[in-house]
Amino acid sequence: MRIPCPFCGDRDAQEFVYRGDASVAATGAPDDLYLRENPAGPMAEHWYHARGCRQWLVVVRDTRTHEIHSATFAKAIAS
Amino acid sequence: MSRLPQGGLIDRSQPLSFTFDGRKLGGFAGDTLASALIANGVELVGRSFKYHRPRGIMTAGPEEPNALVTLGQGARAEPNTRATTVELFDGLSATSQNRWPSLKLDLLAANQLVAPLLVAGFYYKTFMWPERFWERVYEPLIRRAAGLGALSGEPDPDAYDRDHGFCDLLVIGGGPAGLSAALTAGRAGLRVILAEEDGRLGGRLLSERQIIDDRPAQDWVDAVSVELASLANVRVLVRTSVFGVYDGRTYGAVEKVSDHLPSSPPGQPRQRLWKIVAGRALLATGAAEQPIVFGGNDRPGVMLASAVSTYLNRFAAAPLDVRAGRAVVFTTGDSGWSAAEDLVEAGVHVAAVIDSRPEGAALSHDRLAKAGVRILRGAVVADALGSQLKAVRVRDSQGREIRIAADLLAVAGGWAPSIGLGAHLGRKPVWSEDLQAFVMGQGVQDLTPIGAAAGRYSLGDALLDGRREAERIAGERGLTAASGPTPKVMAPKVMAPTPLAASPVRQVSGHRSKAFVDFQNDVTDTDVALAVQEGFTSVEHVKRYTTLGMATDQGKTSNLNGHALLAAATGRSIGETGTILSRPPHQPVSIGVLAGPHRDAHFRPTRRTPGHGWAQANGASFVDAGLWTRAQWFARPGEKHWLDTVNREVMAVRTGVGVCDVSTLGKIEVRGPDAAILLDRLYANTMSTLAVGRCRYGLMLREDGFVMDDGAVTRLSEQQFFLTTTTANAARVMQHIEYARQVLWPDLDVTACSQTEQWATFAVAGPHSRRVLDAMTLDLDVSDAALPYMSATQGRWRGGALRLYRLSFSGELAYEVACPADRGQILVEALFDAGRELEITPYGVEALSVLRIEKGHAAGAELNGRTTAHDLGLGRLLSKTKPFIGREMAARPALTAPDRPRLVGLKPIRPADRIRAGAHLVSPGVAPIAQNDEGHVTSAAWSPSLHSHVALALLKRGPDRHGERIIVHDPVRGADVEAKVTSPVFIDPEGSRLRG
Repeated sequence: MRIPCPFCGDRDAQEFVYRGDASVAATGAPDDLYLRENPAGPMAEHWYHARGCRQWLVVVRDTRTHEIHSATFAKAIAS
Repeated sequence: MSRLPQGGLIDRSQPLSFTFDGRKLGGFAGDTLASALIANGVELVGRSFKYHRPRGIMTAGPEEPNALVTLGQGARAEPNTRATTVELFDGLSATSQNRWPSLKLDLLAANQLVAPLLVAGFYYKTFMWPERFWERVYEPLIRRAAGLGALSGEPDPDAYDRDHGFCDLLVIGGGPAGLSAALTAGRAGLRVILAEEDGRLGGRLLSERQIIDDRPAQDWVDAVSVELASLANVRVLVRTSVFGVYDGRTYGAVEKVSDHLPSSPPGQPRQRLWKIVAGRALLATGAAEQPIVFGGNDRPGVMLASAVSTYLNRFAAAPLDVRAGRAVVFTTGDSGWSAAEDLVEAGVHVAAVIDSRPEGAALSHDRLAKAGVRILRGAVVADALGSQLKAVRVRDSQGREIRIAADLLAVAGGWAPSIGLGAHLGRKPVWSEDLQAFVMGQGVQDLTPIGAAAGRYSLGDALLDGRREAERIAGERGLTAASGPTPKVMAPKVMAPTPLAASPVRQVSGHRSKAFVDFQNDVTDTDVALAVQEGFTSVEHVKRYTTLGMATDQGKTSNLNGHALLAAATGRSIGETGTILSRPPHQPVSIGVLAGPHRDAHFRPTRRTPGHGWAQANGASFVDAGLWTRAQWFARPGEKHWLDTVNREVMAVRTGVGVCDVSTLGKIEVRGPDAAILLDRLYANTMSTLAVGRCRYGLMLREDGFVMDDGAVTRLSEQQFFLTTTTANAARVMQHIEYARQVLWPDLDVTACSQTEQWATFAVAGPHSRRVLDAMTLDLDVSDAALPYMSATQGRWRGGALRLYRLSFSGELAYEVACPADRGQILVEALFDAGRELEITPYGVEALSVLRIEKGHAAGAELNGRTTAHDLGLGRLLSKTKPFIGREMAARPALTAPDRPRLVGLKPIRPADRIRAGAHLVSPGVAPIAQNDEGHVTSAAWSPSLHSHVALALLKRGPDRHGERIIVHDPVRGADVEAKVTSPVFIDPEGSRLRG
């Protein structure tokens, strides 16, 4: 799989660390932490470019085909 | 000899010698092992998987199911190599497989006598009783009797390489369609990679007598090859098979760099693994001719018609005696007729052409009839007779049986597009009624089949497809292809059957001997029928129950027939029945090339600390800690056991002074106006109140409330903090901080930077440690007043930066001295020199661990991802006045339940009784069973300070049970030990030593 890092360019997914659902808040109630959607289709996920620019990205990936629709800096989305 | 006197693409000026089962044979450059065996008249090359039936060569390509040999000897022996894909070289040695004692006399062929026991699913049924016999008797017997080649069991002596390719267009297959596409795309300026499995470009053109632009097709192939080689934007990889298609337009391929040579040239690997990222790819893998299911269809002497053409035209090798042999062709379409013509052209006596159709192939018919070939239409071959083919039993259109003597039976059962790669990303093949074959389904348009792989079998269509698709892809990128005129193909000589009105014959009924569907796994038509009878009617179930298509060839010559049989047996169409999805690897790939150079010491990187050289010079023994290589201990002459060494090192720290390389600890600098705010949210305890120049223990929780990591936080200036992490969690904590900074609170003005590898850090620990620093004559005041416990200072030393932290892991007066990593070696040497008079002692991670166990510090075994702050006795650190990650979750009742196992110390009643980590804890007088389990030992050591074994453990209600007795139960490694529950801090619980 390839992820188009907005800073480094198109890179192999092995350079990234996967975290999971980007719609879930990191702190808060147990439901937020443990109850996750499992959509068949496009899903926004957090990926960390650990072996690259060390930026956290929001990657929209189709869980059925692994097609990557977009990759943006999580910072830009969050703020 | 059955080498034709002339013709072929072999180089007769380069004779080569090779051996097969020790027999010395000869061939020519340009031969494959299979063609050379055929030219030498070798017909029997292997024994089958289950029944040990004699087998010959059936195909001329990578789909070969029968001719599997072991190549090479000793550690280089490579089993299950397809003779049809091995390029001959001088000195090649091949051995047949799965026979004992020899290929001609195989005693295990007796398996055929018990064939009724070896039917589909036999291992689920036949050998089930008595139960205990399975492991002891049946399984070893079956493993010996069934199977293919064996591995050498020795380390692979060859070198393997790895490379990455990036291109706009990957063309998979260098036949007419692929060459046409690569040429068009190359001329248009696209970056092209052309991967061809064979050693030569040309594909099927090498096997057929085709004419392009009024000249032999080989001239066109040569011209295109030369032009492709001249284009800087085109890379042609021969001997390269694409074995897998992966997400993100990534393709895996293996280039066999020197398998065709007696040995690898200097500096060259045996094979190279390619990871190719391609904007677009074209599947130009052609089509594979299919066999027909009739009796004895696996006999040596039965060969696919297209393979017969290949051996004759490309290798000038006839699979029978050219003068005395008789050939029969059995076909269900036109392609068998062209093989018959090739045989006649080569001077072979063709006894008969048997076409299952009532009509067709009119042109060939006239030519062959004129040559005296007997032609039977509407007829079928019911059985091939003889252990080595002697005759065929034919049933003519009237149902009469005719026996025709034959030494070679060429079989043409129709073609199947080679679309295995196309299904790797889950594109289901779809049935084409017109083609009577599965073709690639619709899906992501990254990979497009062209030519025969798309079921467009004519040469003209192949050339046109390649050109058209390449032009389209160039167009997508705004490039135009400046192609010359389209090559002119002489006659529309058809390579495969013209579409048939009726469904073709795949299975001949009324055969008397075994009729094979899957040759490599010995699956017969009755096995498929039996599976259906027993209710296994889906393709996937039939595959598992009969092993159809599960062999190393992945059913390239068996799936279509097998699934057609299944369809017929279940009264469904083939389209409804479906086919299986092929998976990577499309061709067998050696593990060696996947591992590449990443083996042994290169399996993963080795991280050495800045003090490595110093440790080596001082006689350290090293141990792997994650990727790090760390000094375990420093043995001295006369020390008989490592424990003597460690005891000495521990006591040196307790009573004198020791030095230890602790550079592996994770180090992160957090800086910025909001640095303190970020740290308050990251750590469970408060960091914003930390004064400049002071250090504080920090505890980090995961968002689920469990302990993530701990370390020391130092405030270097108002907006600059220096964090340490445990060695194991360095990368993880960095990632966590970045997540907090970028995702959770992007509004904070703060940066974080890993400095783990930038600083060398040495712990100087023990009552004399300050005197060592005094002797260093640093420009820093290290007095207790100026540098009290949990404080830090910075200065310069010999022209470089120096940092001094008064931290203690051992519980003694101690410092951590740090400098830039490249000066680490001189720093530790200077410390060592300064402490020489004080007998400063280097100590390793083992002593470090004993010291921290004695002091009751939690480390990796306690910070195991399942413990809470409450469990570790650190509950008081959880701030109640500020938010931090994990705060809410840590407050869940179950995480602070009183009966959770919590940290305690254990001391055996008899000090010499050893307690081991991992042992379980039960109350005295209670049965040592799981439901009475009260916790377990996390860390244990011999404490030379206390002259006793000691341990840290997690015990239910532990802190309330100090003074109680507990049984340490360790049935695996030793007897039960009675121990006393204590505080985890065995040494100096008041902490007076480290404040000294």
